[in-house]
Amino acid sequence: MEVILQNLTKTFPSRDRKTKGEVTAVSDFTFTIPDGKLIGLLGPSGCGKSTTLNLISGLIKPTGGRIFFGRDDVTDLPPEHRGIGLVFQNYALYPHLTVRQNITFPLENLKGKDKLSKTQMQEKAMEAAKLVQIDELMDRKPGELSGGQQQRVAIARALVKRPKVLLLDEPLSNLDARLRLATREEIRRIQRETGITTIFVTHDQEEAMSISDQIVVMKDGVVQQIGKPQEVYDNPANLFVAKFLGTPPINVFDANVSNGKLYIGQDAVLEVAVSKEMTDVSCNGKTEMCGGGEGLAAGTRGGRTPGAGAVKLSGITEKPGYETKEVCADGVPERAVREGSKTGEDSERKVYAAVRPEGFLLREDGPLCCELAGVEVMGRDISVVSRNRASQNKTIRAIIGAENAERISAEEAVGRKDNCVRFALIPRKVFLFDWNTQERISFDGKG
Amino acid sequence: MRKKRDNRNWKAWLYLLPAILFLGVFMVYPLVDVFVYSFEEGYNSASQTYFGTGGYNYSYVLHDPYFLQAVKNTFLLVVITVPLSTGIALLVSVGLHSITPLRKFLQTVYFLPYVTNTLAVGLVFMILFKKTEYSEGFVNVLIRWFGGESVDFIAGPYWAKMFVLCFYTIWVVMPFKILILTSALASVSQEYYNAARVDGTSRFRIFRRITLPMISPMIFYLVITGFIGAFKAYSDAVALFGTDLNAAEMNTIVGYVYDMLYGDGGGYPSYASAAAILLFAIVLTITCINLLVSKKKVR
Repeated sequence: MEVILQNLTKTFPSRDRKTKGEVTAVSDFTFTIPDGKLIGLLGPSGCGKSTTLNLISGLIKPTGGRIFFGRDDVTDLPPEHRGIGLVFQNYALYPHLTVRQNITFPLENLKGKDKLSKTQMQEKAMEAAKLVQIDELMDRKPGELSGGQQQRVAIARALVKRPKVLLLDEPLSNLDARLRLATREEIRRIQRETGITTIFVTHDQEEAMSISDQIVVMKDGVVQQIGKPQEVYDNPANLFVAKFLGTPPINVFDANVSNGKLYIGQDAVLEVAVSKEMTDVSCNGKTEMCGGGEGLAAGTRGGRTPGAGAVKLSGITEKPGYETKEVCADGVPERAVREGSKTGEDSERKVYAAVRPEGFLLREDGPLCCELAGVEVMGRDISVVSRNRASQNKTIRAIIGAENAERISAEEAVGRKDNCVRFALIPRKVFLFDWNTQERISFDGKG
Repeated sequence: MRKKRDNRNWKAWLYLLPAILFLGVFMVYPLVDVFVYSFEEGYNSASQTYFGTGGYNYSYVLHDPYFLQAVKNTFLLVVITVPLSTGIALLVSVGLHSITPLRKFLQTVYFLPYVTNTLAVGLVFMILFKKTEYSEGFVNVLIRWFGGESVDFIAGPYWAKMFVLCFYTIWVVMPFKILILTSALASVSQEYYNAARVDGTSRFRIFRRITLPMISPMIFYLVITGFIGAFKAYSDAVALFGTDLNAAEMNTIVGYVYDMLYGDGGGYPSYASAAAILLFAIVLTITCINLLVSKKKVR
């Protein structure tokens, strides 16, 4: 079942009576969730992801916008008529009922022609229990089960009525780390086996990235970017998305672009220039281009600062005729701020430069100099911890292959004259963001 | 090693000493004493003498029509008021729980009887039910207004008096029950209700299958304490019918014990003790039954 959200908005009245006004939990969310996919709603706490889930479930009513399941407008339908299964964060298993009774509970509510006989109910319950592999535990009470088992029971209860849409609210947050890994694979498997369109909410980017077909990154009720996990990771629309995805987190520097070069501190680390291939990102998650194919339609109407669009640097590789082609989904032509069309005419411009940990290369003659603070061995690779004045993070974390381990630890032991570890940067692992709007600036870079 | 352990035990007993002393002097000793009294025939508290030991006190009490009347009254009171007050309190609590406006206000109103003095409440009931030279009592005015015949609730037929006593008891014990039940209802997580709603559970079924089992420990607590409290009823009857309860046919077991000790005919501690021990046996039995039932039913 396709789930279509149209301009979905939810505002709550302000708690504090003195300050009038409203809290916007979800703002103008438009998105089509394709049939049979697993979608992760991702964002920090308070970003409106759980509210979105509850809007889809029908437990709360939207302030504006519509929700469609397939062709049916379900906006005004109560939850029980929407055909959804909902798994709560704390599972909400009825503690006084056995696992079997918990799973059959939704079936017992069926009336009229849908009414099932006792044996039919047992069969269905058994089927659901087998799917999540808890058929051995049917006569236990929830209190006698481990967290992971309770989670499975909750999923079985949500699935027993064969819902059209399965909603999971922070499904893994109550499990320990090892179990979390196993359970997320389990959720993936169950989703694949049943083919039910599944939406889950999480604040854990790793969780969302690992099992989702598509992720929706939200912040302050506004969708920041929608797309396949890898695409969002490789092409973040703005600084927030870049920072939110990835462990260890991305390293953000205060940087300058001048004369076609990217400066971090005094070090000119990259040559930067605009390229036609990269400009699509500047549409800021507005649609297909940033998103990730498969008929995915998404809209954020310009993100946090409507109309600002994204700012591009123009540079050496630009060819005439390309730049006016980028028209974003809402029909507003991209406002390309041109900072001179030829190298050498660029005025100095302040930007954020964000470098993925795997974007650092250890080079004797690398342009970026950082003060070495330590080395963490992780087996497969090593993590070089260093400092730089221009860095926004306290420390910079670079992940490099373990084959460099000897060299770097020798360096650490000796201590260089200038106490400097030198890196070259991989251009496609470096993202530039506008200093004011924090939107992505596309560029073509050479190391 | 052994020495150290002994040392620790010694300390533990020292910490327990104040409580043990207090409970021993004011609870265990009197209990044992009452038990002993109940078997001492013809005990005289002035001379501290008795004729002999045996079961005569029990036989006397069990054959005393006043005691039998008191037992009947007490049982009626228990059987009528405990289920009714718990049931009504549950209804009121569910009502209070499901409304938002005025909830705080109504909670306060329902709690008022709890903080009102028993005798003051008795006075109010007088105005409601008692016939005087000046008025028939408010309830009788109402009955007349609807075309019925007036009833003397305080000095009239037995059922009328029992009705007033039960009414009064229910009214007095309700606030505490409502207080307990509203907090029990509030402690049921909203997630369970949301889960039930998503599954399309009807309101009645939600109440029966989710709410009731969830708050059942509290309900059983109220039933057990309600039984014990009703068995010990005395002051309520006094507030309504005065101190001569035997004459009013409204005596309770505790009232009988009191009369035996201090009433007009008073000065029979042996009979009083026997009656008290009988009451103790009854309450103990009922409470044990309650606990057995609750173990099976309560989650």
